Amino acid sequence: MAKRDYDGPILEIENLSISFFTRMREIPAVMDFSTVVQPGEAMGLVGESGCGKSTVALGVMQDLGVNGRIVGGSIKFKGRDLNDMTPEELRDIRGSEIAMIYQEPMASLNPAMRVGRQLMEVPMIHEGVSEKEAQARARQVVEDVKLPDPERILKAYPHQLSGGQQQRIVIAMALMANPSLLILDEPTTALDVTVEAAIVELVKDLGKKYGTSMLFISHNLGLVLETCDRICVMYSGEAVETGSIEDVFDKMRHPYTQALFRSIPLPGADKNSRPLKAIPGNFPLPHERPPGCNFGPRCDYFQDGRCNAQEIPMVGIEGDDRHDTRCLRVAEIDWDAPVQAEKTHEKGGFGKTVLKMDDLKKYYEVAANALFGGEKKVVKANEAISFEARESETMAIVGESGCGKSTFAKVLMGLETATDGQILLDNREIQDIAIEDRDTKTVSSVQMVFQNPFDTLNPSMTVGRQIMRALEIFGMGASEAERRDKMLELLDLVKLPRAFADRMPRQLSGGQKQRVGIARAFAGDARIVVADEPVSALDVSVQAAVTDLLMEIQRTNKTTLLFISHDLSIVRYLSDRIVVMYLGHIVETGTTDQVFSPPYHPYTEALLSAVPIADTHVEKRRIVLEGDIPSAMNPPSGCPFQTRCRWKSKVPGNKCETELPPMRDLGDGHRTLCWLDEAQMDEMEPVIKIAAE
Amino acid sequence: MFLFILRRAGVMALTALCMTFIVFLLTNLQPNLEKLAKTQAGSRITDAEVQSWLERNGYAEPILSRYGQWLGVLPGALTLAEDGTPESGRCIRGTTVDSVDEVPRFCGVLQGDWGYSTKFKVPVSEIIGERLARTGLLMFWAFATMVPLALIIGVLAGMREGSATDRTLSTFSIASTSTPEYVSGVIFVVVFASSMVGLRWFTGSAKSAVDGITFENFTLPVATIALYGMGYIARMTRASMAEVMTAQYIRTARLKGVSFRNIVLRHALRNALIAPFTVIMLQFPWLLTGVVIVEALFVYPGFGNALVEGAQNNDIDLLLAVSVVAVVVVLITQLISDIGYAFLNPRIRVT
Amino acid sequence: MESLTWTGALGPWLNPAIQIAALALVISAIANILVSVFTADDRVHYGPDGAVLQSSNATRYTRTAMMLSLAALILIALGYLVGGILLPAEQKGIIGRISTRFLPVWIALVLVFAISIAFKRRLGLYGHLFDNVIGMIGFGLVAFWVFSAIFADMIITFDPVQDVISGMKNKAPGTPLPSPGEGQYGYYLLGGDAIARDVFSRMVAGARVVLTIAPAATLFAFMVGIVLGVPAGYIGGRFDTVLSFVANLVLAFPVILLFFLLVTPEIVQMGVPTYMAGILFLFPIAFLVILWNSRFHTQPMTRNLLVAGTLLIGGWLYLGLAWDMDPFGLISIPGGVLIVFVSVVFVNSPTVFRIVRGLTLDIRTRDYVAAAQTRGEGRWYIMLWEILPNARGPLLVDFCLRIGYTTILLGTLGFFGLGLPPESPDWGTSINAGRGLLQFFPFPPLVPAVAIMSLVLGLNLLADGLREESLKD
Repeated sequence: MAKRDYDGPILEIENLSISFFTRMREIPAVMDFSTVVQPGEAMGLVGESGCGKSTVALGVMQDLGVNGRIVGGSIKFKGRDLNDMTPEELRDIRGSEIAMIYQEPMASLNPAMRVGRQLMEVPMIHEGVSEKEAQARARQVVEDVKLPDPERILKAYPHQLSGGQQQRIVIAMALMANPSLLILDEPTTALDVTVEAAIVELVKDLGKKYGTSMLFISHNLGLVLETCDRICVMYSGEAVETGSIEDVFDKMRHPYTQALFRSIPLPGADKNSRPLKAIPGNFPLPHERPPGCNFGPRCDYFQDGRCNAQEIPMVGIEGDDRHDTRCLRVAEIDWDAPVQAEKTHEKGGFGKTVLKMDDLKKYYEVAANALFGGEKKVVKANEAISFEARESETMAIVGESGCGKSTFAKVLMGLETATDGQILLDNREIQDIAIEDRDTKTVSSVQMVFQNPFDTLNPSMTVGRQIMRALEIFGMGASEAERRDKMLELLDLVKLPRAFADRMPRQLSGGQKQRVGIARAFAGDARIVVADEPVSALDVSVQAAVTDLLMEIQRTNKTTLLFISHDLSIVRYLSDRIVVMYLGHIVETGTTDQVFSPPYHPYTEALLSAVPIADTHVEKRRIVLEGDIPSAMNPPSGCPFQTRCRWKSKVPGNKCETELPPMRDLGDGHRTLCWLDEAQMDEMEPVIKIAAE
Repeated sequence: MFLFILRRAGVMALTALCMTFIVFLLTNLQPNLEKLAKTQAGSRITDAEVQSWLERNGYAEPILSRYGQWLGVLPGALTLAEDGTPESGRCIRGTTVDSVDEVPRFCGVLQGDWGYSTKFKVPVSEIIGERLARTGLLMFWAFATMVPLALIIGVLAGMREGSATDRTLSTFSIASTSTPEYVSGVIFVVVFASSMVGLRWFTGSAKSAVDGITFENFTLPVATIALYGMGYIARMTRASMAEVMTAQYIRTARLKGVSFRNIVLRHALRNALIAPFTVIMLQFPWLLTGVVIVEALFVYPGFGNALVEGAQNNDIDLLLAVSVVAVVVVLITQLISDIGYAFLNPRIRVT
Repeated sequence: MESLTWTGALGPWLNPAIQIAALALVISAIANILVSVFTADDRVHYGPDGAVLQSSNATRYTRTAMMLSLAALILIALGYLVGGILLPAEQKGIIGRISTRFLPVWIALVLVFAISIAFKRRLGLYGHLFDNVIGMIGFGLVAFWVFSAIFADMIITFDPVQDVISGMKNKAPGTPLPSPGEGQYGYYLLGGDAIARDVFSRMVAGARVVLTIAPAATLFAFMVGIVLGVPAGYIGGRFDTVLSFVANLVLAFPVILLFFLLVTPEIVQMGVPTYMAGILFLFPIAFLVILWNSRFHTQPMTRNLLVAGTLLIGGWLYLGLAWDMDPFGLISIPGGVLIVFVSVVFVNSPTVFRIVRGLTLDIRTRDYVAAAQTRGEGRWYIMLWEILPNARGPLLVDFCLRIGYTTILLGTLGFFGLGLPPESPDWGTSINAGRGLLQFFPFPPLVPAVAIMSLVLGLNLLADGLREESLKD
């Protein structure tokens, strides 16, 4: 099919409403949604999970499944309403005019079909080209997405590629037919930060090169800032604010947008002097939306009788370019008023050292080949881990997948025993004592908060029973009644209603489950709590509340918090000291300020640059790492980071490739694992600069 | 690959060894041996006579030594008459020999001697060979009808989960898994073959199939076996197909503009057939039960019939041979299913 | 007296109607499949209320036709049953009379359904079953046979084993007794078998035999499978390797060969079933003791009470069931039944073992298991209280399927005349007894065959409904 030339907007969505139908009721997923995407423009669609942003994308694709249906409005693509098209017409447009990229690259590629075949299919269907030409085209596009060795890649099956490579293939597939509109649905969520940065860079470049319009769906405001020209913020099925990136980021005119920005840790936020402001309450369920403004019940500016009396329309902001907001009181609110002073805290001092790691090593033996056995291979999951943590201190452990942070947690908890080295808990060696052999006091004083809220609680036991079991095991309370009282107190501590004691976990939201997880961890008066990405699976507005809770309990109980994370924004916000790990090694450690300002370890530098920051005043140096993280099964020789390091050429000889650098003290406990000499270190410039307002 | 097969062969040999030993143990329990003695030497013999019969025929030796003889790792027992000529023994059953030198020392399975059937009075290998050929024919036709039909039903039902087609075909598959061979066989005979109320399209006995199969005498046995297995494969295929159809990569293909027909044929089918393939292969051991029932019901003297006869008459050598064959078939199908799985599923391709 | 007709006075009206409805159903179902294959590429359309989805106009028509004819078929079938009860005795046909005999079952069914549907929101997964047509049909069929087994004494018209009435050998359904005695039922409703017993009564009494052995044997197989499968999956290592090898060994053993070798009078004479039962029946006791100990070891009083109770009651049952040494002489199973029971458990447990092991391997990676580990819980607590309860959904579904499979196995045993005594009214034995003269007197084997099929079908449908509903949560 020849592509239509059309010089109007690529995509015009007007008053779109989409509902899902279940046996019981109609559930509106998107209501009265309008937006326009001009040629070459990148539109960001932002919101928390369940806000309907992905449904909009599927509505554009006309692929809502058996239960979903467009109940109102129109979606015009190049002037033609997609709702009225026949299946044949839709098939012609899909893949050739509109292409889509998804969250899970592995899942979106057919596992039993060679990559090349899957790419060639697109022009063969839409343009009827010969197999040979399709192959040439596929090769070309694979080169365009900067994959090495295209011939090999084309012949590979998806599982033979790494996550980053797979996502590049998905992007290549979308670009095969040179579409006018590219829809990206959380394209980097499943990837590591440094890989994500490279993909984002690629998408931006290709968008410019091919002149493609983009609809970029994400929950991450920082990513949208980096990739898009315009943004649309969604809340509970409605667009609440839309406009250019600058307008929305700097002159937001909707209370939700404002609250959202106040709840994410931007540079400058600090847990003591400028704490985050969590959005109160919970995201409404689709069938329990309040009357009037959906955000009303959680809004600081809510006026009874007005905000909940009528449907709220989108209104334009005068003087701005296509900047609309869904707020009745837009003219009345003083948008520049400073944030109401939230409770600030004195920076507390740290107590004595409670936990000391000394040259801890953990090796695993694995069979080289799962099916046939073969010779054993040693995987060095943790290599020479040394640090100390003091009472009341928050210690962040940062790294991407495969860096050994989870292994480290397992060894500390006693689920595994160390291969070598020491873990001293109050000067007692515990590295060789497995959890079964630890006494109750040791067990209860080192506890853990888990990552996935949907997995952290036993689905077939009530919340109260689970906390009480922890109390029972830790020997707290003499009788069942005493333990019940203690359990209710714990619920108070994590700010959950006491009625939750008799609920089943499935009746709780993600944030509430995470609170129960925290209550359970503190059941035995834990002194050291390992928090393994405790908020990364939660929505932005809930993250702040859960983080705050954790900080608050820490302050009262003088707990030592080991905060494992890959998210440097949150780490900067709450940690006192940071350990950066890469492939089982600690590559840099120091106080938060030391790590976030030069001199950096080259890996820390790249990591800092890769994290998207949702602030227009921040200027970042772009450092894009080549390639993927090497497998821990087959680590590089010498310095673990040498395969991707941009400073490697500065080191004379091939020391980086042959010898493991020593851990060097840069003063004040700031240590780094690098061959660069002091002069070179001093040359480094800061990655993040905050422009003066 | 070679190592893999070698290791599997090792496990197979160990399994077969364990299994035959269990069969050997069960068939050589004292009451079973007494029963055997009575059927062979007359039912009215006294206990003392039973004992002497057992001793004369080598059944009184310790069980391990006799198992060794059957395997062929121990020399076969031999009783000599007073003049020094061999009178009876493991290695001369069914033949007459004049001197000890003519009797082979070992005559177990490893030497290719499967023993002698006490029921049929012929060497076991003869019976097994003949019976296997007949049953192979039955199995072939059963598979040839069952597998394609089941796959078609499963794919049609699974490609649109929840549709009326799916409901109809799924109901049929469930009904078919609920109909064991002895039920469907009875119903088929009554409806299609009974001289009283039936349609008389086919014959209710497959006895004549020994001399050559015809549409008339073979349809009902084949249909009976096929029906029970079909539903199971169809349900597996449906589940697998339905799961694949909701996979993200099918959505990718759909949004690439691939037509529904091509989505099913090119993208879904291969992925959806991985699971049922394993199931089809693992059907073999399960089908043996069906074969035994069908051969009994339709009076077809095949492998299953040999099993029944052997068991009812405690024909030790025959039963052992039957179990060896059954086990080998089971293990080989498991091996094929593993290799085929790796072939269909590139994710675990053996390199 | 004359022989009864099948439908009695209802026949002239309902018989033609049901034939038309059945024909219509078959034609529309086939048409629907064909249409949906050839219109595969059409776009999905929606009805006005949005929830109804239709693929195309053509399929809409075939679908409606299918639904209508199915509804008609069901209504007419109900007409036979209800009409049969309401008609005066002399006008009833065979179906009417049978329907009347089953009256207690109908009442129980209606009560159960009414109560369950009224309170379905409060009944958890069981309640959800009544949102699912397939599940309801399955549940109905199973409940029908369960109630038949319970009320068997009220339903049967003759003693299934003792009553041999001369002149009734191989008689057709509805044949009147030549000289009915005082208070004796006048007809053999489903005819007489080869030794002149009432086929109908034997079918009903057979339900009782089958529905006692099959669920109990399945339950024991689950106990064995769980006690071995959960630790094999959780602990792994050599323990797992050995158990998995043994499980695969039993699975590779052709079931039928095992039955022929194991279920013989000689084996019973040797006492093999007693030894096997002695081992297998220990598992439930061990299971309960470990269960209580792992949960309540922090509260020794409660633990001791529960463990002591379990040991006392379990030990008593164990002595009676396995060793036939009940000190009170209350519990005992005949050797023939015991061997059937034991071999069915033996054949089923490896499959259960593999399912449980697989589920355990999956669930042990969850964070709540890690949470239990990090607070220092014992292995058995994690296995039995953290992992097992969360595997209950798939296990329940498999339990239903497995009862069906066990029923089929029991039938197979009966079909070869193994285990149960030859006069036993169970369905497999009855099929075996009648199969010789099948071509001339079809009813004696046909009736139990249909009974087996409907029970297994019900169990399979029930499992399907449960699976669908448990996935929805």
